Amino acid sequence: MTISFRFDPVSLPEAAKALRQEVRAFLRQEIARGGFVPGEGGFSREFSRKVGARGWIGMTWPKRYGGGERSQLERYVVVEEMLACGAPTRGFSTADRQSGPVLLRYGQEEVKEAIVPRIAKGELCFCIGLSEPNSGSDVFAASTRARKAAGGYRVNGRKIWTSNAHEADYMIALLRTSPATGENRRYGLSQFLVDMRAPGISIRPIINLLGRHDFNEVVFDDVFLPDSYLVGDLDMASKQATDELAFERSGPDRWIETFPALVELVRSAGENPDERLAEGIGRAVAQLMILRRMSISVAGMLEAGKTPMVEAALVKDLGTNFEQSLPDKVRLLAPPPQEDDPDANDNRFRAALRHATLIAPKLTIQGGTREVLRGIIARGLGLR
Amino acid sequence: MNETSDSIILDTAERIFSDLCGPQTVNEAEAGKWPQALWDALQESGLPLASVGEEWGGAGASRADGFAVLRLAGRFAAPVPLAETLLAGLLLEKARIPVPPGPLTIAPVVAKGAVAVSPAGLLSGRARRVPFARNAAFIALLAGRGEERFVALLPREGIGLSPGTSLAGEPADDLSFDGLAAARLAPSAIEEEALLALGAALRVQQIAGALEGILEQSISYAGDRTQFGRPIAKFQVIQHNLAMLAGEAAAASAAAQAALEACGKERIDVAALAAAKIRAGEAAGTGAAIAHQVHGAMGFTYEHSLHHRTRRLWAWREEFGNESFWAIRLGQLVAARGAEALWPTLAADL
Ligand SMILES: Cc1cc2nc3c(=O)[nH]c(=O)nc-3n(C[C@H](O)[C@H](O)[C@H](O)COP(=O)(O)OP(=O)(O)OC[C@H]3O[C@@H](n4cnc5c(N)ncnc54)[C@H](O)[C@@H]3O)c2cc1C
Repeated sequence: MTISFRFDPVSLPEAAKALRQEVRAFLRQEIARGGFVPGEGGFSREFSRKVGARGWIGMTWPKRYGGGERSQLERYVVVEEMLACGAPTRGFSTADRQSGPVLLRYGQEEVKEAIVPRIAKGELCFCIGLSEPNSGSDVFAASTRARKAAGGYRVNGRKIWTSNAHEADYMIALLRTSPATGENRRYGLSQFLVDMRAPGISIRPIINLLGRHDFNEVVFDDVFLPDSYLVGDLDMASKQATDELAFERSGPDRWIETFPALVELVRSAGENPDERLAEGIGRAVAQLMILRRMSISVAGMLEAGKTPMVEAALVKDLGTNFEQSLPDKVRLLAPPPQEDDPDANDNRFRAALRHATLIAPKLTIQGGTREVLRGIIARGLGLR
Repeated sequence: MNETSDSIILDTAERIFSDLCGPQTVNEAEAGKWPQALWDALQESGLPLASVGEEWGGAGASRADGFAVLRLAGRFAAPVPLAETLLAGLLLEKARIPVPPGPLTIAPVVAKGAVAVSPAGLLSGRARRVPFARNAAFIALLAGRGEERFVALLPREGIGLSPGTSLAGEPADDLSFDGLAAARLAPSAIEEEALLALGAALRVQQIAGALEGILEQSISYAGDRTQFGRPIAKFQVIQHNLAMLAGEAAAASAAAQAALEACGKERIDVAALAAAKIRAGEAAGTGAAIAHQVHGAMGFTYEHSLHHRTRRLWAWREEFGNESFWAIRLGQLVAARGAEALWPTLAADL
């Protein structure tokens, strides 16, 4: 029997190492001039444009669409440096990671020419319209309809949990264009580009458990989409939609979200922690080092033109479970707060831990739940 | 650095293990029968010292080849001191002592275990739980005199031995040296921690191999075993457990690659080796538990060969520094560098 997954060893090319220093210098400079507060992430069009101007969005895309024709590994370095310092990447990360590649692969020529270069400049924010009230893990149950009309389609229905919809310029939406057939329940879905400012779209905020407005409900009331906005083959989007997930699933964003809590733990631990604390830090760092290696290996395989679906699911499963468990480990390792000594470092620590604890539940849900990922892995192992 | 391995060496190793390292050989070895045919075949093909230089008695292959052989040995639960022989060979080579043929072993395998060497070159002290000591022709020893470190080479004959066994039922003997003279003695550039780290790197290869082995065994068992009218592999819970086992096997394999790169360099990268041994040790524990759960009572029998790998996993995660030992070391290292250096440290190895 052969096991049908593998993680090829990789090393970063010299160009990527130089690039890492460049990105670090840029981020230091931005922090120094008050461009953003490290660790807070978030959305900033100004930051998106600056990153675009550096050529760090769409780095791997063809030059004729505004890309840099650089390698997946160079892109990896840029993304991880931004995330590690908590830069405000939300305005461009979705388009850079998913929407741009999908348009380049399946989009119609006039749309590609009009839109993709603007993504690369950091001018356009994208959101993802997959989930619906009755279609979560079961992505292919989507029922928001796109009906053929003169020169295009008319869309009715709703998408939910749409991150950044209230900031986004465009959505890539999975819409029902025909009923599923008896033998193929994945049939009848198509991907479309949606202009978020089109008449008939209304966006309602959904406040998350941190009390923040990140995701939304998006209601479509007879929204018109021109024919040119169809992305890929009519009724046959299920394969494209799953391929897209290979890009989505293995990046540094899948293990790094609670990392700031560990940084603050190390800060409050000081130079010479006791053995208990040292051991806890050591274990977390070991996990991170190995996860990062696996994640880079997937980037290397993407670079080599492979579609490492199972490997990406393995990395995301391990990575999100680790990042989810980290805040609790940090909590239990932390020295108890001293009432009489409210020092600034400690406050910084509490804030990072609070944030990490509160975001933990979503980490194994967004972008495909833990259970869905394990199903994909099991299929890769030949079990289903 | 892109370390890849030579497929001819691996094909040879795989053929030898398939032919000569079946479950019966492993059981007989535990019963005390040294697998001479297996060892001879490995030695004739130059595999035990694959990555030791030719001028020192090895086969002169790459470090990656030597490590890949160990990984295969782990997959087959090979009951022979391949890792110990390679480690002894690397230590001797570094001290410019020609490596003798035959199975070798190494001491100390625990932290702070150096045997003392007198100005006259006589060794005294004890070495605890030395793997395969009773089967070894020679033993390579890291010995100390004050701050100085020496590599000593001694024939096993003549060293006091009190037998013990590892969790895997492999020899783990205590040795005592009372004023024994070494056959060869030379200053060592490697000290205890580095020796331990190198040993850990080798155990990580074996762990990665054994996890591949139990993943294969578990998938195949789940496909064969029928309950409630269907193969248990069709139950979602079993599928998810096997997916987790695959994740642990994949993590151990990434750790094995990390360990290879960390000791392929001029200096040994202790942080990276610590991370590799910690992660592989965790994978060994989690992975073995899943494999047993999937196998039900059958996996708890002596007759089924699952325990050939799981017991080795439990032994190997403990040897050359367990998860706690290396985590404390790594945590101290990270803390000493400070919070701002954490990310650069993480991103340093690649
Ligand atoms: C912070 C956040 C941001 C998000 N952003 C977006 C976005 O931008 N765009 C978008 O389209 N969606 C987004 N989502 C939605 C996300 O993709 C869905 O939440 C996810 O796919 C799961 O769907 P669900 O929440 O409906 O859960 P359900 O599918 O109802 O699942 C509930 C539970 O049942 C389990 N389950 C379901 N089916 C099975 C099965 N067959 N076997 C075993 N267990 C099963 C699930 O694993 C889960 O544990 C976001 C979600 C979050 C939390």
